[in-house]
Amino acid sequence: MEVRNEDENTNLLRSVDWFTLVLYLIMVVAGAVSIYAATYDYDKASMFDLSEFSGKQFLWAGLSFLIGFSLLLIDRRIYEAYAYPLYGFMILLLIVTIFVAPDIKGSRSWLVFGPVSLQPAEFAKTATALALAKLFSTYGFSLNGWRNYAIAIGIIVLPILCIILEKETGSALVYTALVFVLYREGMSGFVLFAALMAVVYFVVVLKFAAITFMGIPLGMVIAFVMVMALIVGMLLVYCRSWILGRNVLLGYLAAGAIAGGLELAGVHVNGYAFFLTVIIVSLLYLLYGMLHDDLKKVLITICFAAASVLFMFTVNIAFNKVLEPHQQKRIMVTLGIADDPRGAGYNVNQSKIAIGSGGITGKGFLNGTQTKLKYVPEQHTDFIFCTIGEEQGFIGSVAVLLLFLALILRIITLAERNHSTFARVYAYCVASYLIFHLAINIGMVIGLCPVIGIPLPFFSYGGSSLWGFTILLFILLRIDADRGNYGTW
Amino acid sequence: MRKDYNLEKRKLVIGGFIVAIVLIYIVRLVQLQVLDSTYKAHADNNAFMEKVIYPSRGLIYDRNDSLVVYNVPEYDLVLIPKDVTPFDTTDFCNTVQISREEFDRRWLEMKKGRSYSAFTQQVFMNHLTPEDYGRLQEKLYRFPGFFVVQRILRQYNYHVAANVLGDIREVNARDIEHDDYYRPGDYTGDLGIEKSYEKWLRGVKGKEILIRDATGKIKGRYNDGADDVAPVAGNNLKLSIDIGLQAYGELLMQGKVGAIVCIEPKTGEILALISSPSFDPSLLMGKERGKNYQKLVNNRLKPLYDRSIMAAYPPGSTFKPTQGLIFLDEGIITTSTVFPCHRGYVNAGLRVGCHGHGSPIPLKPALQTSCNAYFCWGFKYMMDKRSKYGSTGKAFEVWKNHMVSMGYGYKLGIDMPGESRGFIPNTAFYDKIYGEGKWVGQTIISDAIGQGEILATPLQIANLSATIANRGFYITPHVVKNIEGVGVLKKSLERHDTDIDKRYYNAIVEGMRMAVLGGTCTGANIPGLDVCGKTGTAQNPHGRDHSVFMGFAPMNDPKIAVCVYVENAGFGATYGVPIGALMIQRYLRGNLPGLQAQGRAMASRHTISYPKAKKMTSGTQADKNKKPSKPVSNNNGSQE
Repeated sequence: MEVRNEDENTNLLRSVDWFTLVLYLIMVVAGAVSIYAATYDYDKASMFDLSEFSGKQFLWAGLSFLIGFSLLLIDRRIYEAYAYPLYGFMILLLIVTIFVAPDIKGSRSWLVFGPVSLQPAEFAKTATALALAKLFSTYGFSLNGWRNYAIAIGIIVLPILCIILEKETGSALVYTALVFVLYREGMSGFVLFAALMAVVYFVVVLKFAAITFMGIPLGMVIAFVMVMALIVGMLLVYCRSWILGRNVLLGYLAAGAIAGGLELAGVHVNGYAFFLTVIIVSLLYLLYGMLHDDLKKVLITICFAAASVLFMFTVNIAFNKVLEPHQQKRIMVTLGIADDPRGAGYNVNQSKIAIGSGGITGKGFLNGTQTKLKYVPEQHTDFIFCTIGEEQGFIGSVAVLLLFLALILRIITLAERNHSTFARVYAYCVASYLIFHLAINIGMVIGLCPVIGIPLPFFSYGGSSLWGFTILLFILLRIDADRGNYGTW
Repeated sequence: MRKDYNLEKRKLVIGGFIVAIVLIYIVRLVQLQVLDSTYKAHADNNAFMEKVIYPSRGLIYDRNDSLVVYNVPEYDLVLIPKDVTPFDTTDFCNTVQISREEFDRRWLEMKKGRSYSAFTQQVFMNHLTPEDYGRLQEKLYRFPGFFVVQRILRQYNYHVAANVLGDIREVNARDIEHDDYYRPGDYTGDLGIEKSYEKWLRGVKGKEILIRDATGKIKGRYNDGADDVAPVAGNNLKLSIDIGLQAYGELLMQGKVGAIVCIEPKTGEILALISSPSFDPSLLMGKERGKNYQKLVNNRLKPLYDRSIMAAYPPGSTFKPTQGLIFLDEGIITTSTVFPCHRGYVNAGLRVGCHGHGSPIPLKPALQTSCNAYFCWGFKYMMDKRSKYGSTGKAFEVWKNHMVSMGYGYKLGIDMPGESRGFIPNTAFYDKIYGEGKWVGQTIISDAIGQGEILATPLQIANLSATIANRGFYITPHVVKNIEGVGVLKKSLERHDTDIDKRYYNAIVEGMRMAVLGGTCTGANIPGLDVCGKTGTAQNPHGRDHSVFMGFAPMNDPKIAVCVYVENAGFGATYGVPIGALMIQRYLRGNLPGLQAQGRAMASRHTISYPKAKKMTSGTQADKNKKPSKPVSNNNGSQE
């Protein structure tokens, strides 16, 4: 027994992915140091003092190394065997949390055990990933038919609902990133594309709603032009129909020229009438054209274009007619359209100033003033990237971004080098979570995304978040380390 | 499972997505951190240090341009914690003369403060005297990070009128939250006009911008001071108070508890506003403020309580002129209507006592002799006049509205904080006590003679006197005559006409004149000054009757209206009248030598001992909540 164990351990040391491990260590240490800088006060105690945020974070980090090491010792078969029970348990825990958690800043997501508070939502990510991996690795399962889709989507949606009930909308949204996993496992790329386009339309229509152009909101004009570009693009790239694409493009250019000419002649063209006419005429032409071309692909293009137009009108009307003014205002502020320096806009303004003042090389470690003067709220949790931006400057910020990029790309590589579906799906889940956290958190801090309160993995202060991501990552490392033992399934 | 190479290509889409995001973010960072320099400008706090320069607080003059309140410099010891390096605390404590414990306490307090930041100026100690400052200045170089900010300290030329002037104190967290002007360690007005005119007195802060290097050393002025902002001094105030008259009034009230209010009827300007016991305003300034404030709070006679505008007392017989006016205006009586008085009002088993005078008598002699019976009968007839009003309740509403138009029952709107509104009941009030329709005029007959539930502030009583002097109107009483550079507040010019026909006022004035010539207040008969007056002896639940006097002079060109209210002093004639007469003479005749002697006599010989157990702030607002007293019965009907 002992000999075999030793064998297994040396084997483990050799097969564990050291690249990921090193990236992880760098990030955790850099995170704790940044927290020290963010909360630094000239007369406060050392970096490791347990009464300070940084000291606590080093303690959490030490514990998470312990957790990570322990996880490396657990056989991957355990994860596979207990994926569903674990998922069930976590869902139960999330539901219990809704009822027993105290109200902390309006959210009921923290379980308090004496001095320690844990956020089950951070750990439910792992359970959901394992359950999804287990589902896809079930013999004979493939992402086909409504029933299989329903089960896969159900696994993702259940924790979302629980976490929304805990009033932690930000953490709930993280699970939507698992759409990448579904995509990788066979879901039509159109869903991803449609989702992306929906977000783009939504933002564009609202962002430029206040400016009028051609008698209609500029947002609608831009959205119309995007639909037209989409039609031409799809015809050329997706349908590979050069002739249809060329004709439609020429038609659009001609229509544009006519509209421009009329405008110069002093005749004002109504935007709605113009764009709707042009798009409907082009779609009618495509209906005729598809008889001579790839029928299915052109039809899909037509449907996509029609759905796009419908969607942008829905957004426009729903926003103006259905929502109350204060709700509109809130969305506008969240999108960064309206300014509200005392409200939601304040954090972002201050964080932009902090980052912007860092310059290329930064003000130097512990020399930041914006974060020190407590202008930026939540500077050690969700806005930790501010401190890095201010003190380490452009170089430091880009280094952090590249660290994350390297980690995510490495995880995708790990996913693809594994021959088991379980390992691959699990790895993609981890990558998806990281992509979402990175994109939203840093996007929010630099003012490109709405303010959604989710932490920057490994950097933001807090035991739950750090442990959650550590568990997520180390289970992946163990599963990956075992890849040789399981061969090709 | 077969490996699907078509699907494997999708890793490129997912990987490409995150690469694209990271690229977009890097472009954004280039824009924020490399190209755009405006963000850098926003965050230059570490290079500059803004030093606040405090403006001089507005000075306060009296109506004759005597300087009453002015400023002397004092110093605050402040520090920027980040710049403090280890120093010899013993040396420091010796220099500023505090103990080590005091030092630790202050340090901890500073750090616990809500707005504490190691990077901004924190106040360590207030109220350093010029001597402290001198000692400290020599050694300051030993304590890097500490420096001294010059502030102002109020100084008083006269040690009177503390209730009017008020004081200044350090701002608290609430002040800072409500007004962006304030920073921790700033001062704000706390009481009196220092509070109500804070906005004008405080001025506008200036700032000096200094350049600091990375180690915190001051390198000099930024841009040669071109961007510095000079402070703007606060506006000076001119009081309507005659500081000599005020001082005289405070002298007269020595050894007594109560208030004197003098108003110039034509303008509503308050000439003197005395609350007794009074205190020296300079007690509430500087280092000793906290200690002295606590002493004043703990004093059983409550000197901080401004009785002249805050205390609501039963007005007693000074209320009778209002009743005469209402009865005349409502047609209940004419000036020749007579009512019987058989040593009091006797009806249906109730007796409100009175004293020996002819019977029956008409209005003017009734005022002259302060006949209780006359006004009780008038009140009863008005309340019970169903033919005119329909019900007692409706009659009482009419009565109440007349009272409100004469300035009772609501705040008059004096330009000082804390004014009480007194109390005039309404129909709903009595309906609640007795039941709707279950009370008649006689039930509440005490109201007719300023007793029962009626409460008024000395200011309201003086204002009534001014209204009668003006024959039917008053200007909102105020203590500030002019704000330099701004003028007088609009509110202080407002004219309020009562809803009583002006022609009825002359009868009242004549009645009050008769009271002085041969009635209850002959003590106020000063040859050549034509004083009109009305005494009051107010029963109260706190001991002996209060002595009240209300009057004005001269009769046909009134220059001063006065109310004197002395707690537990007995008859109006014994304290109220002589004090009122002295005040009128002091104002109209000036500071004659004889008056000083009489004043000192009043101060030293005529004192009242106030038993410890008694609550001295009698007749306050709290009284209106008590069960109303029973109608006055025969054995306590001692109205003059």
